[in-house]
Amino acid sequence: MDIKSISTTGHCKKQCPVVLYTEIEKIFFKKLGKNMTKKQLSDSINNNILTYNKLTNWKKYVFISVIILFFLFLYILSFGTQAFFQQLVNGIQLGSIYALIALGYTMIYGIIRLINFAHGDLFMFGAYISCFLGNYLIAHNFSYPFIVVLIFSMVVTALLGMIIEKIAYKPLRFKPRLAALITALGVSLFLENFLALSPQNVPFPLNKIVFGPKFIPFPALIAEKTYNISGITINNIKILDVVVTIILMIALQYIVKKTMIGKAMRAVAFNKDACLMMGINIDKIISITFGIGISLAAASGTLYALTYGQLQSPYLGIWPGLKAFIAAVLGGIGSIPGAMLGSYVMGISETFATSINSNFGYGIAFVILIVVLIFKPAGLLGKFTKEKV
Amino acid sequence: MNKKLLILLVLVCFLFSVSVASAKMIKIGGVACLTGGAATYGASTRNGCVLAFKAVNDEGGVDIGGTKYLIHYIFEDDQGSPEAAANAFRKLIDQDEVYAILGSVMSKCTLAGAPIAQDSGVPVISPTSTAVQVTRTGDYIFRSCFLDPFQGAVVATFSYNDLKAKTAAVIFDNANDYTKGLAEAFRESFEKLGGKVVAYESFTDEDKTTDFSAQLTNIKSANPDVIFLDAYYSAAALMAKQARGLGITVPFVGADGWDSAEFPKLGGEAVEGGYFCNHYSPEDPRPIVQNFVSKYTEVYGATPDALATLAYDAALILIDSLERAGSLDRAAIRDAIAATNLECVSGVITFDEYGDPIKKAAVIKVENGKFVFQKFVQP
Repeated sequence: MDIKSISTTGHCKKQCPVVLYTEIEKIFFKKLGKNMTKKQLSDSINNNILTYNKLTNWKKYVFISVIILFFLFLYILSFGTQAFFQQLVNGIQLGSIYALIALGYTMIYGIIRLINFAHGDLFMFGAYISCFLGNYLIAHNFSYPFIVVLIFSMVVTALLGMIIEKIAYKPLRFKPRLAALITALGVSLFLENFLALSPQNVPFPLNKIVFGPKFIPFPALIAEKTYNISGITINNIKILDVVVTIILMIALQYIVKKTMIGKAMRAVAFNKDACLMMGINIDKIISITFGIGISLAAASGTLYALTYGQLQSPYLGIWPGLKAFIAAVLGGIGSIPGAMLGSYVMGISETFATSINSNFGYGIAFVILIVVLIFKPAGLLGKFTKEKV
Repeated sequence: MNKKLLILLVLVCFLFSVSVASAKMIKIGGVACLTGGAATYGASTRNGCVLAFKAVNDEGGVDIGGTKYLIHYIFEDDQGSPEAAANAFRKLIDQDEVYAILGSVMSKCTLAGAPIAQDSGVPVISPTSTAVQVTRTGDYIFRSCFLDPFQGAVVATFSYNDLKAKTAAVIFDNANDYTKGLAEAFRESFEKLGGKVVAYESFTDEDKTTDFSAQLTNIKSANPDVIFLDAYYSAAALMAKQARGLGITVPFVGADGWDSAEFPKLGGEAVEGGYFCNHYSPEDPRPIVQNFVSKYTEVYGATPDALATLAYDAALILIDSLERAGSLDRAAIRDAIAATNLECVSGVITFDEYGDPIKKAAVIKVENGKFVFQKFVQP
């Protein structure tokens, strides 16, 4: 039995009498859980959810690749190979920062169809938390401060994200989607403006929480080392950015594809009503998804702060968040590999565009987005779904 | 009973006003922003003026044509908005009938108030409005700060003559008139001196940009002798760090946007050995500077910033001009201001035909996380 047919048979938990619900549940558990092996179950979900678009018209892709290669060739001709590879390294590093934020965007969108505009601000929160803890650890001579800071900031920010989800988004889950979207904007504005208050301007309990609008230098958790590989300069922090991003992406892929929680996430993303009947606790799964997505944003925030060495203000999450959102849409929002691809496309093209003419850097992100959406309205790896409006 | 009290009160008021009048007062207006985003600028400006006037009043007042006058400083808050600034100027001129006005801080506010003062014939000295048009309003408008093109020329001259740079790279914020103007002025002066600007890179809005590696990679391949980091301190610190991370080793130069105690903290190692030009340096050994710094620190508990210094200088110029004018005629005061040749904290100031000061700029080096005064430069 295909999981798809559940959605046609079953309805929302609230509409079924309890007895009937448990009966149906029993039947499906038998059918799916007992009679099918785990492998089959996961395959059947895999086939339905998060499958790549098959590369049907390969000619199109060859054509696009030829155009890209032509531009690369032109760039190398005018700027030299060395500059090309240096810019590529810069772009990959920038893309890694975007990728971790974009993954969270796409996961949350995938599971509850909500564009969590507060994501960039949770990225900022993660950066600040790691800054405070980093200062403390350095003052007390801890070993491996970076790992501790990274994990701590991921956990704390994830908790904040889950609280926000409980307070702000959960009550609106079965309300029109626009309400949740506006709430997300509200949460974003609240986080920015509340945390940007100066501690001396707010009364006692609050002044311990707010960050203030001032610039803060980020502690050097890792001594910077610069390597020169045949004229291309790379420092260890940039390598760390990329490595941590890749590790977290692999971990995420593992969680989503191989664990029970991941399976439940995909199931919730696919059909919430069916999940209810399968005995999946959607509230818990949505909470966990938020936690994972937001902990990735926090990791990105830590890496960002470590790379650039300063925190400008609690408004610093706006632009990275916005660009990561564009990257997620570019890759196909809801698709995890799409978010990664979109982020690297964004990071690299932004770097090259800036290097050709420094006024182009910002515009290019939007130009690429528009061009991609004209030819592939669902994004690079997104699946086109009909929306009920 | 009440009526009697009232009459008594009025009489007492009269007595007071007579006693005040007998001490001979001259009213001077002050306009700056004490609320709004640039509130600290306004506070510094007012502090600088108050300090200068208090010193004069303590010595018995300013000597105008043989009589001692105490300075009565009337301050108005323009909230950083041009409308409020226009109202403040009108109030000071029509209601308080001041003899001169010191203000305002922001160019847009001074531009709103200056035409009113020009029409009423009241001299204005703005401490910090750097927009070129401010003094072009008319012959009654002066300022005590130098302009952005001047700073660009100072940085270019210093780089070419003192750092012996033959090629330079510029990176600037193209969403900000201040940095744009500086970059153009730097390029023009540097090429006039015989140098070559080999890379002219920009970025958009420092609030949105934190990654400058694409521009810096371009600069690296152009291989300049010096890099002009034309931005405010936070972005300049970021750029310096990223440049060092890319293996760029040449010195950095900058303008007064670097002037913040936060700058060496944010930039760390990367900004060590960088030079920037500023309005003044608290380490300048001249007695007038040391005197001002110690007095200001004593009264306000902080080292004076450039705004306080420029406001103090504006007040000094006004006091000096009042003495030289020798009468309470506003036109005579204006002429005296135009003929100023006075040693101030930010250097010896004379005015050109527009009312812009001709003076030198201080060049400051970042050394061991501190700002160390190097020399004065005049392009």
